[in-house]
Amino acid sequence: MSADKKVDDQTVRHIANLSRIAVPESELPALGEELNAILGFVEQLSEVDTQGVQPMTSVVETQMKRRDDVVNDGGYAEDVVANAPIQDENYFAVPKVVE
Amino acid sequence: MSKLTDLTLSAARDGLQNKDFTATELTKAHIERAEAATKLNAMILATPEKALEMAAASDEKLAQGSGGALEGVPIGVKDLFCTKGVRTTACSQILGEFTPPYESTVTQNLWQAGAIHLGKLNNDEFAMGSSNETSFYGPVLNPYKRQGDETALVPGGSSGGSSAAVAARIGLAATATDTGGSIRQPAAFTGTVGLKPTYGRCSRWGIVAFASSLDQAGPITQTVRDAAIMLEAMAGHDEKDTTSVDVPVPNYEAALTGDIRGLKIGIPKEYRVDGMSEEIDTLWQQGIEWLKAAGAEIVDVSLPHTKYALPAYYIIAPAEASSNLARYDGVRYGIRENGEDIADMYAQTRGQGFGAEVRRRIMIGTYVLSAGYYDAYYRKALQVRRLISEDFTKAYEACDLLLTPTTPSAAFGLGENQDDPLAMYLNDVFTVTVNLAGLPAISIPAGLDVSGLPLGLQLVGQPFGEETLLRAADVMEQAAGFAARPQEWWV
Repeated sequence: MSADKKVDDQTVRHIANLSRIAVPESELPALGEELNAILGFVEQLSEVDTQGVQPMTSVVETQMKRRDDVVNDGGYAEDVVANAPIQDENYFAVPKVVE
Repeated sequence: MSKLTDLTLSAARDGLQNKDFTATELTKAHIERAEAATKLNAMILATPEKALEMAAASDEKLAQGSGGALEGVPIGVKDLFCTKGVRTTACSQILGEFTPPYESTVTQNLWQAGAIHLGKLNNDEFAMGSSNETSFYGPVLNPYKRQGDETALVPGGSSGGSSAAVAARIGLAATATDTGGSIRQPAAFTGTVGLKPTYGRCSRWGIVAFASSLDQAGPITQTVRDAAIMLEAMAGHDEKDTTSVDVPVPNYEAALTGDIRGLKIGIPKEYRVDGMSEEIDTLWQQGIEWLKAAGAEIVDVSLPHTKYALPAYYIIAPAEASSNLARYDGVRYGIRENGEDIADMYAQTRGQGFGAEVRRRIMIGTYVLSAGYYDAYYRKALQVRRLISEDFTKAYEACDLLLTPTTPSAAFGLGENQDDPLAMYLNDVFTVTVNLAGLPAISIPAGLDVSGLPLGLQLVGQPFGEETLLRAADVMEQAAGFAARPQEWWV
C-alpha cells in the first residue's frame, strides 16, 4: 500500500477488463484520477497497527443453521427464465461460446 | 388536501381499528397525494390498483375485527426490495424491466401484517449514493427548501425516495435499507425518523444486494412509535437468509415507556470532527440536555478508530459490491448489449447498464480484491473493522447507548457534491461506523438549521438492543417536539 502506487491508463484498462465493464479509451484518464483519489483516501489505513488482529468477516457470532438435505423448492423453469433478455425453451440463450 | 394524509402511522392504525375511516378511504387519500407529488420523483412506480385491492381485503378483515398489526396501513417500498409481479430495478438501467417472480421476506412480512403497497420508491442506483442523484430514474427532490430560497435540495440517499415520500406524507411509512447510512442520513435530511436495526434482525432475502455484510433493512417513518410498529412487522428469523438471527422479536411499541432514568448515554469525543458546523454541535449539546433532564446519565467515551471507518468502508463495501454485482451480465435478467463474443457481450452490457458511481465502486472493489492488493487493502480493512467494532464493545462497558449527530450538515443542493465522490462520501462519517460494527441506530429529527432545514440526532444501541434504543429515542423525540412541515410547493 505505498503512496506512489498510481493507477495509470493501463491499470484502469486492466481493472475494467477484470470487472467486465467496457470503458471507452477516452474515459480512462478521468476514471484513473477518480480511482486514484479514492485509493489515496483509503491509504490512511496504513497508519493503523493491525499486527495480530483477526480480520472481521462477520459481525454476528452465530452458528450457521443446517437444514435437511432435501429438495424443497423448484420445478418452475418458466419463472426462472421469465426475465431473461433472450430465452429458448426454458434455456438462457447466449452468443456462441464454442466454435 | 385530505386530513387522512396528516395522520401518523400509529394514529391511522388506531383510527382503522376504531372504524373512524376505512382502509380504502385511507389508501385513496394516499394514492391521490402520491399522484399530486410527481414533481418530487419519490415514487417511480405506483401500484394504485394493487393498493385498492389490498385495501378492500383489509376492510373485510377490519370489519370482522381481525387482521394484522398494520392492517389497512398504506406504505411505500424502496425499489431495492423484490416485489412479486411488480417491476424491481434497484433504480439501475441494467435491471431493465425485471419483474420478480417472488417477494422479499421483509415485504412479505409487511403484507402478512396487513400493510398496503402504494408503490416502489426511488433510490440511488444499487443503493450507492448519499443524495439519490445516482438513480437511473433521476434525482428525488427534498420536500424541504431553505427559507426564501428556491434551490432544489437532495433528500439524502440512498433511501431518498423513502425519506421524501414519508416527509411529503405520500405514505404512512416506507421500507428502506442502510449499508453506510442510507436510512439515517436521508431521514435526517427530511425531518423523518430512520431506524437501522442490528445486522441480522431483518432478513435480507429478496433485497437486491449491495454489500452483504453491511446491508440491513429498516423503516423510515414520521415518529419513533411508527418505527417501532414497522420494525416489529419487518423483523424476524428467516430460513432463506443464514445471517438472519434466530432471536424472538419483542413488542417494540411496548418498550416505549417514557422512562430512561438511570440509562447511561455515552458521548464519543471522536465525533466532534473538524469542520463540523456550530449548529450541529449546539444541537448535539441540546440532545445531551434533553436526555439529562429525563434522568439519563451522561458519560464521556472514546471510539479511537472512528476516523478509519470511512476508509475501511470504502474498501469493504466496494469489494462486496464488485462480487455481488457480478451477476448482472445480460444473461438471466435485465438488459443485454450485443458484443463481438460472450465476454464482450458481458462488458458491453455492464458498461451500458451501470451508472458512473456503480461502475466506479465495482472497479475499486475489483482492484482491492485483485492479486497483489488483497492483503494490503481488503484484509487490512477487515482488521480495522474489528478494531472499530471492539471500540464499541469497550465503550458499552461504560454506557448503554451513544448519542451523536446523524450528519455533519443539513440537506445540500442538487448537484453540489456530484463532481467529487470523496466529498459525497463524507456524508456518512457519523453513520458508517455503526454498519461496520453491525449495531442498531436511529436518527430522529431534533431541530432546524438557520435556514429552516431539518437536522437529526443519532442514537446508537447495542446488538439486539432495539428496545432500549427506541425507548430513549421516544423520550428524545418528545423533548425535541419537532413539528416542522415542509411548504407544499410540489402540490
